Amino acid sequence: MTAATSLATPTAATMDAPSTSHADTVLSVRDLGKRYGPGCPDCLRLTGPEFNRTTCPACGTVVACAEIAFDLRAGRTLGIVGESGSGKTTVLRSIYGDIAPTTGSAILRAPGKPDRDLFRLDPQHRRQVRNFELGMVYQTPQQGLNFGISAGGNVAERLLAAEWRRIARIRDRASELLERMEIPAGRMDALPGTFSGGMQQRVQVAKALANGPVLLLLDEMTSGLDVSVQAGVLDLIQEIQHDANIALIVVSHDLGVVRLLCERAIVMKNGRIVERGITDQILEDPHHPYTQLLVSSVNT
Amino acid sequence: MSVSVASTPPVPDATPPVADALPGYNYAFLDELSKKAIRRATLKAVCIPGYQVPFGSRELPISRGWGTGGLQLTLSLIGPGDVVKVIDQGADDSVNAVNIRRLVERTAPDVSTTTDTAAATIIQSRHRTPELPLRRDQIMVYQVPLPEPLRVIERREAETRRMHGEGDYSRMWVALYEDIVRNGRITRAAGYPVLVHGRHIMSPSPIPRWDLPKLHMAQNLSLFGAGREKRIYAIPPHTEVVPLAFEDYPFAVESFAGKACAFCGATDTFLVATPQADGSTYDVCSDTAFCADRVAAAANVQEDFPR
Repeated sequence: MTAATSLATPTAATMDAPSTSHADTVLSVRDLGKRYGPGCPDCLRLTGPEFNRTTCPACGTVVACAEIAFDLRAGRTLGIVGESGSGKTTVLRSIYGDIAPTTGSAILRAPGKPDRDLFRLDPQHRRQVRNFELGMVYQTPQQGLNFGISAGGNVAERLLAAEWRRIARIRDRASELLERMEIPAGRMDALPGTFSGGMQQRVQVAKALANGPVLLLLDEMTSGLDVSVQAGVLDLIQEIQHDANIALIVVSHDLGVVRLLCERAIVMKNGRIVERGITDQILEDPHHPYTQLLVSSVNT
Repeated sequence: MSVSVASTPPVPDATPPVADALPGYNYAFLDELSKKAIRRATLKAVCIPGYQVPFGSRELPISRGWGTGGLQLTLSLIGPGDVVKVIDQGADDSVNAVNIRRLVERTAPDVSTTTDTAAATIIQSRHRTPELPLRRDQIMVYQVPLPEPLRVIERREAETRRMHGEGDYSRMWVALYEDIVRNGRITRAAGYPVLVHGRHIMSPSPIPRWDLPKLHMAQNLSLFGAGREKRIYAIPPHTEVVPLAFEDYPFAVESFAGKACAFCGATDTFLVATPQADGSTYDVCSDTAFCADRVAAAANVQEDFPR
């Protein structure tokens, strides 16, 4: 058997089947850390919220995030909130595999598959996991979509990666996903550049959902949208999550989004988690001074 | 149509005597270390079907882009007793083919040249595969302008290498999907991408789709050389070569339904339209040697030009 064919374990036929029995915990992240620089023994001790800095004064290393740990159960939503530069996106992109973390582990548990540490997969398996088990919606459509090909083609890319080789079936599935995202079938062959911002983000979601992922990662996906469009997109996300029982990680600096979507949340500052718990509890009764500041700044 | 059969034979080029080898030059023009380096790259290419092996492309007395990749392969492979055939778009008599043949003759003593496909041990070609099926003792050398099949979708070399390395070809498939969505079919005519040995997507050089079935499980070794882009790749004998296509949009070769060669009457060869002074065209076999053989066989006469 050749390398190319051996990669194609999930067949096109099984991709349509809805996920039914998830193991309870989908993702376990432990001690996730990402440093940019040589690093020194004092890096962790001299950075963090208590010093209000991420750059180590001893060696100049930037500690983008450190000591991040959380569990995520099937069908649940975790919010990650924090200011710009607090390391939210670093955490998300490490899980998705866009960047390689320095330390830690992220165990993915998908039904019918062995537990895998996302940080220790070889590039082939990593890509396979990205294609079949994870979905990512980036902050800007430019990061997540290819503007040179049609909306349908963007969604089809995922199906083609899963070795779908019948155009009629690919188009049926792509139009089904796009219609689910309230993009009319007639616009399927249009370029994403001709779409509004909200529609572009919905194409990203359709693409992320194409192969039925167990975990969907949303990176500030509503930041560039106006409030009314935002509400529509968030409603759709909630619906899908309810129907498909997908676990979600939502990164946002908008507390309103996190309150709407997430039962639990973690608050990050200077690359560390400063507070965690049930979202409402965090927002109603913030303990950490930074969270208090964050909440009060929204309320005023 | 007023096309005379007598005009078909390729114009013979003046074959210099073997003793005319250029003094002061190494055998087959390239120095021995260069030939060794090219042979090593070629061996690696044969070991990994469809994989593009980088090599140090040498300077030659022809410009890059005029067949230097193919020529370096030919020159590194030939030895005394070899018979070399050079074709350009199927024709033995184009200026490019004649000049390459002449260079081989002048720099490699005891190597002869021919236009007869069956008699050749090494066939260097630009943009065509001969119509006559090749044997296991023959080597086909293709001149390649753009070796990277993924270049149309990705500019960055590092990224195309990653895609090949990981077998990550979904974007190539998307390009074909888009082609079908926009045009109703895959419009790629020459250099149609193929999957070699179930592993690497490869550009077969700009040969027409017509020639692709001849690459699949072929008896002969096919070598591809891109001098300007500095890449060598290969299809070893008995290797799967599958054109990329969808189940409901299968691969198809060019159709010449209702057409026939004006010289030999063939309806089973790749035909090219030849313009005439009055603006009309007539169709002839692209493979001139194959056509001439048929004409000769039909007339039952010996050919009057040297092979």
